[in-house]
Amino acid sequence: MNKPHSNKAWFLVLPVFILVAFSAIVPLMTVVNYSLQDIFDVSTRYFVGTEWYREILNDSRLQDSLVRQFIFSGSVLLIEIPLGIGVALMMPKSGKWSVISLLVLALPLLVPLNVVGTIWQIFGRADIGLFGWALNAIGIDYNYAANPIDAWLTVLLMDVWHWTSLVALLSFSGLRAIPDAYYQAASIDRASAWAVFRYIQLPKLKSVLLIGVLLRFMDSFMIYTEPFVLTGGGPGNSTTFLSQALTKMAVGQFDIGPAGAFSIIYFLIILLVSWLFYTAMTHSDNK
Amino acid sequence: MSLTLENVTQIVDGQYYINKANLTFEPGSFNVLLGRTLSGKTSLMRLMAGLEKPTSGRVLMHGIDMTGVSVQKRNISMVYQQFINYPNMSVYDNIASPLRLAKASEKTIKEKVMEIAEMLRITPFLSRLPLELSGGQQQRTAMARALIKDADLILFDEPLVNLDYKLREELRIEMRELFAQRNTIAVYATTEPNEALALGGTTTILHEGQIIQTGPTAETYHSPCNVIAATLFNEPPINMIKGHITENEVTFDNTIHFPLTSELNTLSAGEYQFGIRPSHLSLLPKNDDDLEISVQVEVAEISGSETFLHVRNAHFQMVLHLSGVHSYHVDEKIKIYVPTHKLNVFEKDGKLIQASSRRIEDHFHG
Repeated sequence: MNKPHSNKAWFLVLPVFILVAFSAIVPLMTVVNYSLQDIFDVSTRYFVGTEWYREILNDSRLQDSLVRQFIFSGSVLLIEIPLGIGVALMMPKSGKWSVISLLVLALPLLVPLNVVGTIWQIFGRADIGLFGWALNAIGIDYNYAANPIDAWLTVLLMDVWHWTSLVALLSFSGLRAIPDAYYQAASIDRASAWAVFRYIQLPKLKSVLLIGVLLRFMDSFMIYTEPFVLTGGGPGNSTTFLSQALTKMAVGQFDIGPAGAFSIIYFLIILLVSWLFYTAMTHSDNK
Repeated sequence: MSLTLENVTQIVDGQYYINKANLTFEPGSFNVLLGRTLSGKTSLMRLMAGLEKPTSGRVLMHGIDMTGVSVQKRNISMVYQQFINYPNMSVYDNIASPLRLAKASEKTIKEKVMEIAEMLRITPFLSRLPLELSGGQQQRTAMARALIKDADLILFDEPLVNLDYKLREELRIEMRELFAQRNTIAVYATTEPNEALALGGTTTILHEGQIIQTGPTAETYHSPCNVIAATLFNEPPINMIKGHITENEVTFDNTIHFPLTSELNTLSAGEYQFGIRPSHLSLLPKNDDDLEISVQVEVAEISGSETFLHVRNAHFQMVLHLSGVHSYHVDEKIKIYVPTHKLNVFEKDGKLIQASSRRIEDHFHG
């Protein structure tokens, strides 16, 4: 027998639906619309189907950017996640010094993105920047404006400086949430410090680390402001990441159609990789 | 191995957590620490375990001073209120972990894990992760980990608190069976008098960091050494009435008089406190020495198939522990009956003078 039911409950989700429609679906559909057309001006536009997608996917400059982007995000995760956990493990657990270290850690997170870029731009200069000058003074030929590898390392270092705090703060809160009884039980079991980390702390940190990995991946994959301020994507194209390539295409050359297709592909890649991380990290829970 | 605490005191930030505790637990004994929250049960256990060092006093294991010896060097295990297991190890690996750390062979490990899992009835779940189990099964896993070690001392810090009523009763019975043939010292902390009674063994009553009384559970229950012990070791707490004894009668609160009974006539005249257990009060006269008191109902608290009836008159409040479900109106006037031979008599300062007498019917009513 069918239970009588009312569809009125749908009205309750209507506000959310409208909000999401205007904030996400409508803009996204606009981009989809652009990506399927060749637009000369407002009245002159032709439907081109998947033409732009094919072109974008075959563009070797964009492929290079994509590879660069993956290497960058991969390096960011490989450095920031372990480093952040390490910092969190070393932080004092309570008292005055705990508060002070939390404050110091939070500082980089409060600096606006373009200011971070500017700070490092000056900091790294060989003539007046402390960092660049010091490196050159000890005999390392460092110049981020001329040497692609130097530029790369500087962008990476800048990101590590800026965002490791986030991972550390997340991990610290995760560590604080572990009841003291676990540590007592471990010492009764005569577990080593490594065993405590491997079998208690790391598993208990998993959920916050999942958030940390996702945030850092998405953020680093969309990095724009800092390299733009620091190197402008150069030297050559060595630090031109995806969003900068996209901006050049959309705002610089005003190629709305290809830029639309690019945006959609960009979005799908982030979605796919985030989903992969999420499934990989939650899957091991119920193997 | 026997465990002895000698004048153990722990002071943290000028506050006495434990004040001069003296205790001896025999090998193979099951010992309950009974006390309210913050009475020092956990602190005392941590001192026994060696997780903390006492400010003064000594902890002896089989006559050997272990006071400064770290927990890693002692052979103990502990089960906590929270279900503590390694989250990403299977139940099997969790139980095996103490043996693996002790470098036992895989064959011995397997045998022992199987044996202990069988005993705790978690064999079907050995390949699961702890979080995929119910609370009771998680706690059984934690217990199995504690038991597999053949520790000299096993500490249980309110292990059943987070479980539901039914499971608690079940595990309580199992606990006694598990320890019946073991030669380890088991220490079990609880806030519940009923749990202490169900577990048997010895009971130590703790209050504000001090050991109030210690002894075989039934004995401690029947002759609480003072008012605090009597209050702590009864659920609901024992009813206390102020009164005095003259040459031929007893007076409660200057208003209720009754003649001296054979149980009470050895007491000299003076001021006393009288304690009567809620379960000894009744709504109908049962004994020849029953004292009838008129009271008003405050509230009838029904718990399962039992009723805690709170009553008062102008001078005192009392609780009756009745079996069955009884409903009353607020302020309803009723008569209650106090069997005077069941009175525990305490001095004005709280010390026990005379425990309630146990007539033949006690074999049925306890």
